Amino acid sequence: MSTRLSTGGRLLNKDKQVRFAFNGKQFHGFEGDTLASALLANDQMLVGRSFKYHRPRGIVASGAEEPNALVGLGLGAKFEPNQRATTTELFDGLNCSSQNHWPSLEFDIGAVNNKLARFFPAGFYYKTFMAPRAAWKHVFEPIVRQSAGLGRVPKDRDADRYEHFYAFFDVAVIGGGVAGLQAALAAAEAGAKVLLMEQTAHWGGRAPVDGGTVEGEKVDDFIDATVAKLQAMENVTLRTRMMGAGVYDHGYLTGYERLTDHTPDQDGPRHRLWRIRASQIVTATGAIERPLSFAGNDIPGVMLAGAMRDYIVNYGVSSGDRVVVVTNNDDAYRTAFTLKRHGLEVPVILDARPEGGGKLAELAREQGFRVENGKAISKVKGGKRVTGVAICTQAGEGAVLEEITCDAVAMSGGWSPVVHLWSHCGGKLTWDEAQAHFRPDPNRPPLGAEGQGFVKVAGAANGEFDLGAILKDATEAGLSAVTAAGLKPKSKAEAPAGETLAEANPAAVWLMPQGAGPALRMKAFLDYQNDVKVSDVMLAAQEGYESVEHTKRYTTLGMATDQGKLSNINGLATLAHSLNVDIPQVGTTTFRPPYTPISMGAIAGEARAETFQPLRRTPMHDWHEEQNAFFEPVGHWRRPYCYPRQGESHAEAVSREINQTRAALGLLDASTLGKIIVKGPDAGRFLDMMYTNMMSTLKPGKCRYGLMCNENGFLIDDGVVARIDEDTFLCHTTTGGADRIHGHMEEWLQTEWWDWKVYTANVTEQYAQIAVVGPKAREVLEKLGGMEVSKDGLKFMEWADGELAGIPVRAYRISFSGELSYEIAVPASLGRALWDKLLEAGAEFNVMPYGTEALHVMRAEKGFIMIGDETDGTVIPQDLGLNWAISKKKEDFLGKRAQLRSHMADPNRWKLVGLETLDGAVLPDGAYVPASGNNANGQRNTQGRVTSTYHSPTLGKGIAMALVHNGPDRMGEVLEIPGTDGTIYKARICDPVFYDKDGEKQNV
Amino acid sequence: MSEALLKTALSGASSDGFVRVEELGPQGMITLRGDFDSAGFAAAVKKAVGLALPKQRKISTGKGGSVAWMSPDELLVLVDYDQVGATVAKLNAALEGEHALVADVSDARAFFRLSGADGAVRDVMAKLAPVDFSPAAFGKGDIRRSRLAQVAGAFWTPEEGVMQVICFRSVAQYTFDLLSVSAETGGEVGHFG
Repeated sequence: MSTRLSTGGRLLNKDKQVRFAFNGKQFHGFEGDTLASALLANDQMLVGRSFKYHRPRGIVASGAEEPNALVGLGLGAKFEPNQRATTTELFDGLNCSSQNHWPSLEFDIGAVNNKLARFFPAGFYYKTFMAPRAAWKHVFEPIVRQSAGLGRVPKDRDADRYEHFYAFFDVAVIGGGVAGLQAALAAAEAGAKVLLMEQTAHWGGRAPVDGGTVEGEKVDDFIDATVAKLQAMENVTLRTRMMGAGVYDHGYLTGYERLTDHTPDQDGPRHRLWRIRASQIVTATGAIERPLSFAGNDIPGVMLAGAMRDYIVNYGVSSGDRVVVVTNNDDAYRTAFTLKRHGLEVPVILDARPEGGGKLAELAREQGFRVENGKAISKVKGGKRVTGVAICTQAGEGAVLEEITCDAVAMSGGWSPVVHLWSHCGGKLTWDEAQAHFRPDPNRPPLGAEGQGFVKVAGAANGEFDLGAILKDATEAGLSAVTAAGLKPKSKAEAPAGETLAEANPAAVWLMPQGAGPALRMKAFLDYQNDVKVSDVMLAAQEGYESVEHTKRYTTLGMATDQGKLSNINGLATLAHSLNVDIPQVGTTTFRPPYTPISMGAIAGEARAETFQPLRRTPMHDWHEEQNAFFEPVGHWRRPYCYPRQGESHAEAVSREINQTRAALGLLDASTLGKIIVKGPDAGRFLDMMYTNMMSTLKPGKCRYGLMCNENGFLIDDGVVARIDEDTFLCHTTTGGADRIHGHMEEWLQTEWWDWKVYTANVTEQYAQIAVVGPKAREVLEKLGGMEVSKDGLKFMEWADGELAGIPVRAYRISFSGELSYEIAVPASLGRALWDKLLEAGAEFNVMPYGTEALHVMRAEKGFIMIGDETDGTVIPQDLGLNWAISKKKEDFLGKRAQLRSHMADPNRWKLVGLETLDGAVLPDGAYVPASGNNANGQRNTQGRVTSTYHSPTLGKGIAMALVHNGPDRMGEVLEIPGTDGTIYKARICDPVFYDKDGEKQNV
Repeated sequence: MSEALLKTALSGASSDGFVRVEELGPQGMITLRGDFDSAGFAAAVKKAVGLALPKQRKISTGKGGSVAWMSPDELLVLVDYDQVGATVAKLNAALEGEHALVADVSDARAFFRLSGADGAVRDVMAKLAPVDFSPAAFGKGDIRRSRLAQVAGAFWTPEEGVMQVICFRSVAQYTFDLLSVSAETGGEVGHFG
């Protein structure tokens, strides 16, 4: 029976009772409880089923290392799976349920796996699911998917909000136990800007439970006094409920702050991810107790000795009335003392060391405990709870000497320093033979950019377990961090004198008893969450797995959500033993951030809903929205695809917009087009390199269409260049190209032609740009009045500055539709005003805005290429029949040499042609034109592909552009093009210019 | 004529959390690129705006406006919106013979002001920009050209309790939403006091 005691419970507020529900059952706890302590207080020993065998599992630890007590927490939009009960603070109304069981926790069908355990050894996935091949997809995978995973995936959108926070410190200390407090104090008193973070809600770590004195006073008083001192210092930031999650290069450190997990009704972000830059990091992350590997060590009621002590002292909860203590070290004796002090019975302390323990063991004997040296647990008896233990000698094979009735077992296999954060960024470890653990190697810390160490380690995390040694170590770590941060310490703190009873060395006990046979080994668990047993690791070794990384993946040891916090050392020691090598030779697996799982929300931060992604809007965006425009994403912009009217399909809207524009007047919001100013005495020379055609000969006041290739010769952008004055050009780019082409220009200027006198400026967003298009375009501009826009006053491919309706504008007479067309650039703040005036003045011509689809269709009718349709990064201008835009006079331009390569000059390259379907149908987008025969891969040969395809309302039929082998030489030939639905389309090769071949319309 | 028609990106939107966020503007802004080591360039800036060249990551402010450091060869000149044309002309005249680029970018940007307790304003900014906002590292006269979550931004603190923020006009709504959600009540960090 686990129950609430009348004594203990230093963290509880017993005046405040809290209600909560577990699997629908109503329970009570106190404010200050964790979910784990409250479950134990209500005798809920069984909290979950294991992953593979569905074995009943109970709470085994009291902190972040807990492998078993995972629950689905909350309901609906607040639901979150895999929450550790040991790190979940209890709050009123908490609702949770256990995981990985069906139909219920008490009666679980999956537990049949347990009976079949000998058929599920390490690597059973690989062995079982190999053959027949089809069975994986149709039989095994569906079953594995059903039974895999622990928690359920949340179904609703997360109701909470999250955020990031950037912060900068000289020294960041992780861990608020005595070591962290002392290291922070030493660093702060020396003048550093210090952050101290603690993952729980309380300062002091294990010290208040483990006891000891500092300068003759209780360690609790030292903790209170140190916290008070730190709180009073301006250069110190203290944060509880904040876990050091990961250490990365350049002193980058993430802190996972849980703000409202314990008060879910409170306003504000739930989690905050601190993104910290620290000159130096001190990890004072303490140590984790290891289980012992004996048969039945996973039965509910078998618990880490330190955790059992925590539950009594911190929460006033006993895990059993009669507790057998089994250990390989001195620390577990403290649990025996604590149990006795709170009126509980300890029938025996089994110390696996033949010579027994030190002063603590002496004390135990003095107090009348039965202490058995060299003894071990042969096996634990019980199913869903412990009922007793069978005792044997550690040296033997498990022959039972005696059976003892008990309802709980406190085990301790020694303490492993928490080296995770030290190791995240490459800090190396050293094997401490005496303490039987890995600890940080101070000579091989994680290295910064200058090759200097940027992480220090303090206290138990450094393998120091004596209070006096911890305080000394922490003081040194704090001070040396200040120096390493490049500061001159203002003062040098002296370590206070700490005292605890000296401990004898532990013994290395990796299997209990050391000669345990197969039957016992099969029930001796290393990794609780993933059901990995001693026998599995031995099998892996037997099958030839020598590397710990391979063994880990083969057996799944340490691959669960707890990432092997309890199992790591025991597992690799077992492997080393099986391979008959030393533990350091086997080494450890790689520690990766985060230290424990952090929420997806914290990673996303503010990036959700409206702020998920920046959405770019033009000055006319609101108007488009008011018209119920159908938007399409173009980069981060949202551009109107078309403006459907009541009852109109998108296709109908597109046709209407085109017909109106070709007949009278249409408007296009072209503000998203890139606009880059290129200025300087070498601007012309520079643009001659950037574009394939000649730009330096362009006269001020004139425009020229240009093509841009990369150094490999491929077409990357196109647009109209206007020469503003002798030194200044304005280059238009595609919408998606604005930032990319600006970067491309700057890269060449900064790396290759750094001595050329050219400056660029991306002024894309300075201007709203409106295309005024159609036979009535001139009339509407003349109506607005203010500048010359006549046929000869502003000729095709010219630009002029002026005013329209009193608004300052720059008008470019250019056309992407084939119609009479002006693109009017206007300061963005006046864009909406000009747009409104054009609509007003254009009303008599039935003016309509048109969207990107109408733009696409109209340019295709004219045979104009579109970057991203006709080009895909493998197309050169010559493929598109754009040889006229490739200067032959220029000595060089980007792409020139590449285009001379044999494959680029190959006459067999597919070339651009037009296609018109024989029956007027629209070809499928991206369709391939097959050729006879198969290629080396057995695939059908191809001779071309469709790059653009539309229904042309102007021509009343389907038109397309395609890249076709020898296309321009095959005019009139009919191609057969299969669709994906089995239809074979017949299309005739034709000139890609379908409409107004002579350009008379735009030149009126 | 056209003043009445002027529309900033968000028409002066504002929100009140533990920090007030408001869109300002229109604000005159001029991008100025040139050789900082050229005596003629510095003299031209002095002549046109009355200010010396700011040092790296600094902004200097005088009666006629402000000049902010943007990169080793780029400055941002801030003047009243209606002074932009005249200032551009003055700069171009003063830079005659120098290799330089002067561009009016007033309309390419959105301009925000955060106000409240100084620490609170810094807390809001530190949620979005990877910048050390402690008063010792970032005070009056400092400017950073950095990012706000996923977009580019520049910001400076002209006085205690105030932060001015510039971003591109097209992402004004996103930036406003970012600042507002970061300033929402309940999200106080208390890091900067």
